[in-house]
Amino acid sequence: MTKERKMNIREDASWKEMLQGGHIIDAGNAEDFKTGDWRSMRPVWLPDKCKQCLLCWPVCPDMAIPVENGKRKDFDFDHCKGCGICVEVCPFKAIDFVEEE
Amino acid sequence: MAYNLKTLTEKEERITGGHRMCAGCGAPIVVRTVLRALKPEDHAVIGVATGCLEVSTCLYPYTAWKDSFIHSAFENAAATVSGAEAAYRALAKVGKVKGTTKFIAFGGDGGTYDIGFQALSGAMERGHDMVYVCYDNEAYMNTGIQRSSSTPKYADTTTSPAGSEIPGKVQFKKDLTMIMAAHNIPYVAQTAPFRNLKDLYEKAEKALYTPGPAFLNVLAPCPRGWRYNTPQLMEIVRLAIETCVWPLYEVIEGKFILNYKPKNKLPVVEYLKPQGRFRHLFTKENEGLLDEIQKEVDRRWNRLLELCGEA
Amino acid sequence: MAIKDKLSGNEAIAVAMRQIDPDVVAAFPITPSTEVPQYFSQFVANGQVHTEFVAVESEHSAMSACIGAEAAGARTMTATSSQGLALMWEMLYIAASLRLPIVMSVINRALSGPINIHNDHSDSMGARDSGWIQLYCENNQEAYDNLIQAIRIAEHKDVQLPVMVCYDGFITSHAVENIELIEDEKVKEFIGEYKPQYSLLDRDNPISMGPLDMPAFYFEHKRAQAEAMKNAKRVILEVAQEFEKLTGRKYGYFEEYKMEDAEVGIVIMNSTAGTAKFVVNELRKQGIKAGLIKLRVFRPFPFEELGKALSHLKAVAIMDKAESFSTAGGPLFTEVRSAMFDYAKDTKAVSYIYGLGGRDVRPDEIMGVYKDLLEIARTGQVKSTFNYLGVRE
Ligand SMILES: Cc1ncc(C[n+]2csc(CCOP(=O)(O)OP(=O)(O)O)c2C)c(N)n1
Ligand code: SF4
Ligand code: SF4
Ligand code: SF4
Ligand SMILES: [Mg+2]
Repeated sequence: MTKERKMNIREDASWKEMLQGGHIIDAGNAEDFKTGDWRSMRPVWLPDKCKQCLLCWPVCPDMAIPVENGKRKDFDFDHCKGCGICVEVCPFKAIDFVEEE
Repeated sequence: MAYNLKTLTEKEERITGGHRMCAGCGAPIVVRTVLRALKPEDHAVIGVATGCLEVSTCLYPYTAWKDSFIHSAFENAAATVSGAEAAYRALAKVGKVKGTTKFIAFGGDGGTYDIGFQALSGAMERGHDMVYVCYDNEAYMNTGIQRSSSTPKYADTTTSPAGSEIPGKVQFKKDLTMIMAAHNIPYVAQTAPFRNLKDLYEKAEKALYTPGPAFLNVLAPCPRGWRYNTPQLMEIVRLAIETCVWPLYEVIEGKFILNYKPKNKLPVVEYLKPQGRFRHLFTKENEGLLDEIQKEVDRRWNRLLELCGEA
Repeated sequence: MAIKDKLSGNEAIAVAMRQIDPDVVAAFPITPSTEVPQYFSQFVANGQVHTEFVAVESEHSAMSACIGAEAAGARTMTATSSQGLALMWEMLYIAASLRLPIVMSVINRALSGPINIHNDHSDSMGARDSGWIQLYCENNQEAYDNLIQAIRIAEHKDVQLPVMVCYDGFITSHAVENIELIEDEKVKEFIGEYKPQYSLLDRDNPISMGPLDMPAFYFEHKRAQAEAMKNAKRVILEVAQEFEKLTGRKYGYFEEYKMEDAEVGIVIMNSTAGTAKFVVNELRKQGIKAGLIKLRVFRPFPFEELGKALSHLKAVAIMDKAESFSTAGGPLFTEVRSAMFDYAKDTKAVSYIYGLGGRDVRPDEIMGVYKDLLEIARTGQVKSTFNYLGVRE
């Protein structure tokens, strides 16, 4: 789901459609850019083994482990790049690491 | 307040996914943790030096930053942010600012130890109320892994390549944290994304909310330049700390405080071994070089213990 | 009532800055501009302005801090010369491309090497393509007037570009002359309150400035920047008109001195125009139809207007106080002649490079240039297009 944005600059935009200085006024719109297809490996969350210790959450370089009401949910595969850092830090082996199809 | 991950998840993330740093890069982990230490009601002006972080997080027409962001050049993040901070003070005098704004500059080691060193020193000396964060990945990564003054001795980089005559970079790493401590600013700390990130988070919080200039030197592993497998990031950091290659300490108003003392100080080879940039050292003829590195790590560690009153 | 005073160029600039009362000034000392931050920091120390004065550790940081301050919505000014401007070079382009209306006095001085503290225009001429508007000043009065107008030009919503106000080191910066100052309140009223369109401190509208551009966008951003420079042409004249209403002093892209019926003329900038006007008067006494154009606005370049203004001359000398080492004349010559190709095809043009590193230019030397022009006018032949004036051959 893409959010409403103030600027909608595509590659065919004329200079008149851009703000002066190349300013960007949609703070955080990088979210609209999906990096999930960079993955060659895929983390798989095993909720049964997960103890919700949240150690995996802050170490993700791509903010791809959403937490709601103090509990982690499944990965944000739009942005997860499959680095496996979360896999290694999980003390409960609650994240598998498999080849991406 | 006690450090608690669950409580911290309630704070909104101030940098988003969709940035273009490599998979497993250490820098965004550092950045998001530092920004998490901001009070939710505070606005931030963030300046970033040219380098991997900047080119990957603000690539037109996208920005990963939720706060106000400025990039101007490579060597001047400290000067640029110092100007914004001066503007804030001037406009506050005439009642033109709303709420609290914090000022943060991020620079890579190249932008901090080398080309941006003068601007950093100047801004800290002038006493701006800002935090300068060096995400130290120990080389110029954005331009393809060239050596910097932060690159450790004997690391193989593209401008200090290991060859048959010269085994990588021939100089030891510059000790920038000590140099910044010598600026006698209110807060200086050396940290890293370690364990549950408590050390980094709490230092960022102190740096942000201590009035006046503060400097954080944060180890930020680069899997591409250091040549280890991406899942190992936290393990690499742990080894840097357990071997005393990268001690965690802070300097508050000139007082040195050691934040972590390994129970069993590990030999430095444990840290070097998993990294491709040191692979050439693990041959028969280069054994002496490993001893040399170990000696220097010990020397610097003992000196730090003395400064911290732990010797 | 205007205030009559006697001030040096640097004092006049410092007074203008006090009247403008910018939010931030970041500067670093270099002869002959040093006095500007010196005088100004005294105003700060005395509480006569609300400005945050940032005494940076280099000119690179001066311009960087100006960029940070202006991006944060502060009215920002600085001053420099020569090596200082050269050290800023990288940041000049960035200030312009970020569309930050910083106003800077450039007290013209020769560039090293050899190191030389005296006047020529090699510093600001070297920065001519950085995207800054450039205004040039003959004397203290013009430096003062241009600095005040520069604020309005820079901050105009259709412009949003930085401005350099250039005047001659020592000759203008240190010589005390009569000057008419505008009352403080009238300056305040003329420049108005600064309301930036975008600001890092606008917490309700967080903004990202200075992105990385791929080829898909860089060209469009540069095209937009060029449009702002085009708009500046219009705005410079609008501001000049308002300024004339306030002070009675008239400004345009250039000053035409005895040009209506002139047959020969020179194009020149800054203080040497004063000497050259004296020479024109002498020639006029002899019945010679000599004229002069003193260029005020070099960026944006008044291509058509200047070209047309030279169309009725038989011969013109374009005088550069800077060498460009192109072997094809100084930078002013190259551009003026390019305009003449469209608008003054029948006028012969020659280049003179003069006064480098503070070399004095005597009236008899300028007289010699007019004599050369008269010869060209008489014969229709140009013997030497590229010339040096006042160098020992
Ligand atoms: C004045 C200048 N010199 C050189 C460069 C090229 N350059 C851009 S980023 C960079 C290296 C950045 O290294 P570092 O600061 O360590 O950041 P990293 O990319 O490693 O994160 C270099 C050399 C530049 N942009 N500007
Ligand atoms: S694999 Fe890497 S990118 Fe994906 S969720 Fe885990 S830490 Fe984040
Ligand atoms: S680290 Fe493992 S156990 Fe802890 S929250 Fe993450 S997946 Fe669950
Ligand atoms: S090269 Fe290294 S520092 Fe740069 S983005 Fe990739 S992993 Fe990060
Ligand atoms: Mg680096």
